[in-house]
This record gives sequence, C-alpha cells and structure tokens, in this order.
Amino acid sequence: MSHAVERDEITGTATTGHEWDGIRELNTPLPKWWLWTFYATIAFALLWVILYPALPITGATGLLGHTARGEAEQDRLAQSAAAEPMLARLRGADPDAIIADPDLRAYAIAGGRVAFANTCAGCHGAGGQGAPGFPTLADDEWLWGGKLAEVEQTIRHGIRAPDDEATRSSLMPRFVADGMLTGAQANDVVEHVLSLTGRTTDAAAATRGAAVFAENCASCHGERGMGNREMGAPNLADQVWLFGGDKASLLRTVSLGRGGVMPAWEKRLDPATIRMLTVYIHSLGGTEAR
Amino acid sequence: MFGIRFNHGTIERNLILLGVLTLITISIGGLVQVIPLFTVESTIERVGGIRPYTPLEQAGRDIYVREGCYTCHSQMVRPFRDERERYGHYSLAAESMFDKPFQWGSKRTGPDLARVGGRYSDEWQVMHLRDPRHLVPESIMPSYGFLDRPLNYADIKDKLATLRAAGVPYTDAMVANAREDLEAQARPAEDGSAFSARYGRARQMDPDGNAKAITEMDALVAYLQMLGTLVDFSEVTPERLRQQ
Repeated sequence: MSHAVERDEITGTATTGHEWDGIRELNTPLPKWWLWTFYATIAFALLWVILYPALPITGATGLLGHTARGEAEQDRLAQSAAAEPMLARLRGADPDAIIADPDLRAYAIAGGRVAFANTCAGCHGAGGQGAPGFPTLADDEWLWGGKLAEVEQTIRHGIRAPDDEATRSSLMPRFVADGMLTGAQANDVVEHVLSLTGRTTDAAAATRGAAVFAENCASCHGERGMGNREMGAPNLADQVWLFGGDKASLLRTVSLGRGGVMPAWEKRLDPATIRMLTVYIHSLGGTEAR
Repeated sequence: MFGIRFNHGTIERNLILLGVLTLITISIGGLVQVIPLFTVESTIERVGGIRPYTPLEQAGRDIYVREGCYTCHSQMVRPFRDERERYGHYSLAAESMFDKPFQWGSKRTGPDLARVGGRYSDEWQVMHLRDPRHLVPESIMPSYGFLDRPLNYADIKDKLATLRAAGVPYTDAMVANAREDLEAQARPAEDGSAFSARYGRARQMDPDGNAKAITEMDALVAYLQMLGTLVDFSEVTPERLRQQ
C-alpha cells in the first residue's frame, strides 16, 4: 500500500487514493467554518452539562441551580409581585368604588374576563350567554339580584353550594312527584303560568290554575308571578326561562322541581379575582347600581 | 519509513478494529445515559394521597382509552406559570405512577384534563358528554350520548389482577372485591363502608342519576372526577418533590 499522497492535477487537492474504473475521489478537507462550528457545538454541550442539570444524578443540579419547576415558581412570584399593587387596591376598594375609578374598572374587567373564561364559561358560556339550566349573565335579568354586592355574594357563596354554610338556597318543590298536586292541577297551573305571557291555549284550565297558583306558587313567585329575589324565585311573567318556557318543560318543572347549583368560589379564588369577576360579570349587561 | 497513519482510512480498512471501536463508542453513549439512573433511588416524588384507581374509575379509564380521548386531551400540566394559572399545580410523576398506559397525550385540541376532577359537577360532566354544544356552543368535541349504555364489568376482577401483575399495588382484598367495590361506588344509596375502607376518600356517585343501571357514563365521569385530586398540594414541599 502506498502512503504517497496523490494530488489531483487540476485542483491540487489530495485524493483518497481509491480508484474505480479510472475515476478517483477527491479528499476535500471540511470547510473551516463548518469544522469550527462543529467544535463549538461540542464545547456548548460540555458547558451545558456543567451549568444545567443535564445528568440524572442526585445533586447534579448544575452550577446555575436551574430547574424547570423552580423557574415556573420564580415566574409566578414575579407575576404576583407585579400584579400585587393593583390587586391590593381591588381587595381594598368596594365594588362600587371600583366601577367609579376608570383605571381600576378597566383592570378589573380585563382580569375578570380571563378569570371568567377559565372559571365560569364552562356553564355560563364564553360570553355569559348561558345555556338551558345555566343562567344568562349577559343580560339584566337576575335570579338573586344584579347589584354588584349581590353578584359578589353569589360568586363567593354560590347557590345551593353543598360546601358553603352561607350559601343561598331555595327549593322549587316536586309538586306532583311528592303528591302536593295532581297531574290535572299541574296542567292547570302550567296553563295559568303560560297565560301570564299570553301563551295559554286553554283559557278554562288557566282560570282553574289561577286558584292553584295563588295557593301553591304565589308565596314565592308573587301573586302575579313577578318573582322574588329574596328567594331566588324567577319572574314567570317575562320571556326569560332558565329551564325552558314551553309547556312540556314547565310541566316537568312543576312535577319534579328544579334547582341548579352554583359552586361557592370563596375558598378557591383569591378575593381580588372574585372582585374582578364581579365587575366583569356586572359589565356584561348589568345596569343595576347600588 | 514504517509508520501507521491512524486515520479513518486505517479504521475503515480493518474490519475487526472498526467493530471494536464501534462497540466502545456505542457503549460510552449508552452507559452515560444508564449509569446515573442507578444512583437515583426513585424519580417519583414522595407525596401522599396517591392510590390505585377504584374499579369504577379503572373501568372509566378504559373507556377513556377506548374512545381515544388522549388524541385531543393531554393529562400533563407543564411547569409554566400560564399553565399553573389555567389548570393548577403542575403534574407530578407520582400522579401517573399507576397509569398503565399513561395518558399524558401530546396534543391539546381540547383542554388539559390532568386536574379536571371536581372542576365541574357530576351533572355538568354528564350533560357535556352527551352534548358538548349544549353547554359550550363553540365546542368541536364529539357527542358521547351512547355512553348511557350499561357498563360491561364482568371482567373487572381480572383487570385488577392483571394490573397488579404489572405493578399496581392492589391488595388481595381489592382484587377479590373488585366487582362489589365497583357496584358500591356506583350506588351511593348503598352502604359503602367496605369500599371506603379500601379506597380512602374515593366518592360514591351516580352521575347520570339512573339508579337502575351502572352505565359507561357513570364509570367515565367517576374517572374524570378523580383526575388530579389525589395529592393535597398544601402539604407538598419542594423537598418532597426532589429525586432521591
């Protein structure tokens, strides 16, 4: 084997010494820029192992002491510190003062929108439009009151929330299922309720139902079915229906009762978030002042 | 002059030398990855509260896998501030240590579910599974109303025994009473003290409100409602999260 390096006549570059059918291969050196970049990546990898926790050995945390979990915690603390001045003002101010202050109001609505998307939208819809069984918040019809303080109380303590002693509860009875009304009486009283919005198809039944209504329903829903916010009793004389306003839905309501659950958020959200949610939800359609 | 130029030409022309050097190179690469792990006792955090899935949850988990929920939902809250704000504390290895197979997923067409447990009511989960757009109009999730059919749990005891063989610490009593425990959890009206004795804080529930049958819906909701709820993070300190 010859160790003499053959050189290509035209380029002057060394060849590999191989020859196939008279064709020889140039042994062109690697480009310098490529070679040094390659060396640099090796040096980078070594530095990385020294600075960062690259080895799964106890205590091998790297000179920088970096961990992904630690960085996430630092991020969180930095964010809390940056937000704290405004959050402290929100906690200290009462809701009416917040909507009177343009800066605080804008901050609360922006923060409330984010918290709403994460916490409330699953049931009340992305824009507070609600769903059957879950109240619409983007209007000015309220079951338990639409003033800021009332909205905040509902968020804090929920409605029929099982884990909160200060929650507000009321119960639509299971009139037929529990034997308080017969099926015929239920039909009559539903016709009466339909007549409140001019939709009855059976005037005689509606008239009979008026007596049933006065005896069984008026104590909560009011003599003329206008509702009562003290008890969260909905207004029956408007076109807003939480569980459906058609006859079949109303019959089911009277027969089997209804009662949605709003969770209590006081223990799960911090007070500033609850306040931001209050201002945001009120801004969706609320006009009720203090 | 007699000298060996030790370059790639030398190695390439000697088959045995090439083989030996290749073996040495690959061994270094492999050992660097493997040896350090022998010095770590466990990569799983030592946190309290982790228990094997109840039979009903495990049945629900099998439905979760069967329906391919993992193709759209991850179960892995990453250690980023934004994920923490949206989903809660980042996921721990301990929380999926009894997952066979794990459901971390790799794509979020829908939200992460690692901490979905308790976030919504049982009724909400049932309504949402039956018709997602009833509650979330912009949702593109398919409807799963067909899960209202009865759950087939004839083989639940064998399932638990198999999982035990794969390393899940089910006790003899848990395996022997798998069927009874499944039924006890799905029938909140019945006495569940034996079930509770075996599975701690696991909740008896009948999400779909159909007391006559144990449905696939019941099982899936039972699984969803326990996700991410086992570890009490108020007791978790950075020391307990460290590898030992």
